[in-house]
Amino acid sequence: MSDTAPVTVEATPRTLTLEIFRYNPADPASEPHFQTYTLEETAGMTLFIALSLIREEQDPGLQFDFVCRAGICGSCAMLVNGTPTLACRTLTQSLDATIRLAPLPVFELIGDLSVNTGKWMRNMSEALETWVHSQEAEDLHAMEEKMDPALAESIYELERCIECGCCVAGCGTAIMRESFVGAVGLNKITRFQLDPRDQRSDADFYELVGTDEGIFGCMTLLGCQDVCPKNLPLQSQLAFLRRKMARTGVAMTFQRRPGK
Amino acid sequence: MKVIHSDVLVIGGGLAGLRAGIGARRRGLDVKILSLVPPKRSHSAAAQGGMQASLANSLKGFGDNEDVHFADTVRGSDWGADQDVVRIFTHMAPKAVRELAHWGVPWNRVRAGDHQVIINGKPVTLTEDEAAHGLITARNFGGTAKWRTCYVADGTGHSMLYAVSDQAIAEQIPVHERMEAVALIHDGSRCFGAIVRNLINGELIAYTATATCIATGGFGRIYRVSTNAVINEGMGAAIALETGVATLGNMEAVQFHPTGIFPAGILVTEGCRGDGGLLLDRELHRFMPDYEPDKAELASRDVVSRHMENHIRKGHGARSRFGEHLWLDIRLLGEEHINGKLREVKEICQYFLGIDPARELIPVRPAQHYSMGGVRTDAQGQSRNLQGLFACGEAACWDMHGFNRLGGNSVAETVVAGMVVGESMADYCLGAGGEVPLSPALVRDFYRREQAHLDSLCGRGEGEKAADLNREMQNLMTDKVGIYRDEAGLSEAVSGLQELLERSKNLHASPAPGANPELVMAYRLPRMLKLALCVAEGALARTESRGAHSRVDYPQRDDSRWLKRTLERWEEGASSPVLSYEPLDVMKMELPPGWRGYGVKDHIPHPDTEKREQEIAAIAQREADRFARQEAALPFKHLLPEQFRPGNARYKETDDV
Ligand SMILES: Cc1cc2nc3c(=O)[nH]c(=O)nc-3n(C[C@H](O)[C@H](O)[C@H](O)COP(=O)(O)OP(=O)(O)OC[C@H]3O[C@@H](n4cnc5c(N)ncnc54)[C@H](O)[C@@H]3O)c2cc1C
Repeated sequence: MSDTAPVTVEATPRTLTLEIFRYNPADPASEPHFQTYTLEETAGMTLFIALSLIREEQDPGLQFDFVCRAGICGSCAMLVNGTPTLACRTLTQSLDATIRLAPLPVFELIGDLSVNTGKWMRNMSEALETWVHSQEAEDLHAMEEKMDPALAESIYELERCIECGCCVAGCGTAIMRESFVGAVGLNKITRFQLDPRDQRSDADFYELVGTDEGIFGCMTLLGCQDVCPKNLPLQSQLAFLRRKMARTGVAMTFQRRPGK
Repeated sequence: MKVIHSDVLVIGGGLAGLRAGIGARRRGLDVKILSLVPPKRSHSAAAQGGMQASLANSLKGFGDNEDVHFADTVRGSDWGADQDVVRIFTHMAPKAVRELAHWGVPWNRVRAGDHQVIINGKPVTLTEDEAAHGLITARNFGGTAKWRTCYVADGTGHSMLYAVSDQAIAEQIPVHERMEAVALIHDGSRCFGAIVRNLINGELIAYTATATCIATGGFGRIYRVSTNAVINEGMGAAIALETGVATLGNMEAVQFHPTGIFPAGILVTEGCRGDGGLLLDRELHRFMPDYEPDKAELASRDVVSRHMENHIRKGHGARSRFGEHLWLDIRLLGEEHINGKLREVKEICQYFLGIDPARELIPVRPAQHYSMGGVRTDAQGQSRNLQGLFACGEAACWDMHGFNRLGGNSVAETVVAGMVVGESMADYCLGAGGEVPLSPALVRDFYRREQAHLDSLCGRGEGEKAADLNREMQNLMTDKVGIYRDEAGLSEAVSGLQELLERSKNLHASPAPGANPELVMAYRLPRMLKLALCVAEGALARTESRGAHSRVDYPQRDDSRWLKRTLERWEEGASSPVLSYEPLDVMKMELPPGWRGYGVKDHIPHPDTEKREQEIAAIAQREADRFARQEAALPFKHLLPEQFRPGNARYKETDDV
């Protein structure tokens, strides 16, 4: 089940000490604690390889989530020495010999290092309606609508988010306010706003994120951008969205007044 | 016993399963989708390079159409594919790309005017039409006559999966995440859903349904070195096999991708070579033109992987502390291209190899990549042996890839098959299938049986460890059922796997409450061993070489004896599959078997081939119009749902190719 690299003869391989958070909510006898494992480092070892080896050889009950193990699917985010990051592409040689691993905060804990990011992301997607809203009929036999090549590339730029949850775990607001949609949600709004195929107006977007659960909840501490494994331009996107939504909010208030 | 009923139960939340679910939902049915992981983390997300569809919008695509795509796919399959299905596929692929464009996929677009590309190692300037500016563009991929692979940088699968997954949310389709189907409920002639284990709390649930669809992806993890995600363990195909009724098709047809990074096996896309990247050996010599003067690096994957392994065997491999490998050189594509169109590749090289591919060479070696085999279905995606059981995507064998799939044809297949199978499941539920009563006793029996099985795995005080058997299985498969195969190695693999299957009867897991990963591995492993045995036994029996199945002791493709599809069934308690064969009818082929245009040129012909070639030539003489010609050679539209029958609009419709 692992991509274990063959053991090589290095000068003196390091012995790694992994302190891993353990807790099984399904077991009434289980108490949250850190458990220590040691193993010998090999060349090119990632945390994926290290954890797989521990599970194979030392503790078959250890829970964690890897899928693509190539930094693409976003399954394996965890706190590595306190910082949210993708474990699969973290090389052990980039860390000290003692490594502390804990599950992402904010998300529901499934067990040990495994958290339920999927449930959180689905709720966020439903709340923010993260799909293209279009009234046009889908004619599959006709030529596609044209799109400027640069625009298509800019949309992809924002769409590279892998919903790993690092930005949520690194966010001061998300930790305090359970319903905050996080940089992941706000970035998605900027993605759909940019897309001409999505016919929602600024006022429609304001309804979704013009609140303290949305863009006005962001305290601009920008923990999100620092930890985003895809280097998304979250700082500028959030600032842009905040200005736009503030303007939209003002415009909407004025529009409403005469009617009242 | 908890029971959840739906009209349609889709097992698998990758591209194929989600798209099939959307189709059935749009027909008003109650659909539920199960997935081991959040659907957006399915392995479809890892597809990098692109999706084939003959839009023909860019200069290097002009002249492309369904016919050219059809011929490329059949040649790629080494004539193993079902040509009806390939026709359905090439007709539907442009519709699928356009549907995805409606749903938000930011396909890369044609830019009018001059742009520089690398072709055959040299810079070339292409000038795109003004009028095509903004249409969907395409890149080059292996084994294709035209540049046909639509793409979103090298995150194509990611963008596709997010669009389709978000569409499923828009259609309010529940996806039950971290749920694993562990057995199909059936009475020997019909399938009624699945017994499912909750991977968070360990609970068993009966998901009953009128139509059940297996869309669980590939089974690459039976190999040690694979580009596949760690969840690609083939459990959908395995539980279909365990019914004893449904069959798996062409399991010996396993694809090895030329460019897994060495030694981790993580993929770098074929787009690297499509965009102009080269393969070099230890002397930094570009060796592929020596073997394939015409297609060079862009012959089909089976052919390129074989030449690479062979070149290493001849002593030209570069050496590293992990063993031998070759080099992929994309430096010539330039930093700007790599940063824009190959950024996942760049990240992978940075993080896993610590190198910058704009400046350094990438160590690569072929790695297991794709499962052509899977649950055998008809052209509508329904099992022929078990009514109400459907399959689509990589888990299925309907069979459009035969013995080798072309790059870019798989993500295209997932969506196309989802479109077709979603409709056929709806037809089934709204027609005959909807009237069959479900027996609660049957559901209870299956539920109890699975519960008892799990209890027995945890009940033994001690026994075999799944991790040990798993390692042995993966080694056997990689060492003996790999790119080059022969009777001795395959026989050893079969007996080794049988021994492991016997030992697996004594597997043991701790009874820890909750997810219990040890138990998960213990119940999956015997199923993986059965799949591995299907691959190895199918390979041992097939005494020819076709596509990715390459027998050193039978190097020729033998159409006279082997123009047929392998079918495998597993009887309860058996230690081997039951093999049978389904002949492919040359007299119905639109493209009779011949030379692929790359690879060796020495196959043994089928006795009907010449006759059929003459018939096809006569049709070509008689019918000037390409559509009429096609219709006369292989009518297929009747196999499609009505709404998908119209033709595809093209920027330039030309008949000369
Ligand atoms: C690294 C890589 C790159 C690739 N690049 C390309 C490319 O550029 N172009 C191309 O055409 N193809 C490419 N492919 C192939 C292509 O990505 C896959 O064949 C395709 O995405 C498979 O889609 P799918 O929907 O059939 O299965 P998957 O996307 O694998 O989804 C399977 C689903 O089934 C679920 N599942 C599995 N078992 C169970 C169970 N027992 N119970 C419940 N749920 C279950 C999983 O959770 C998952 O949701 C690539 C493949 C790899 C490995």
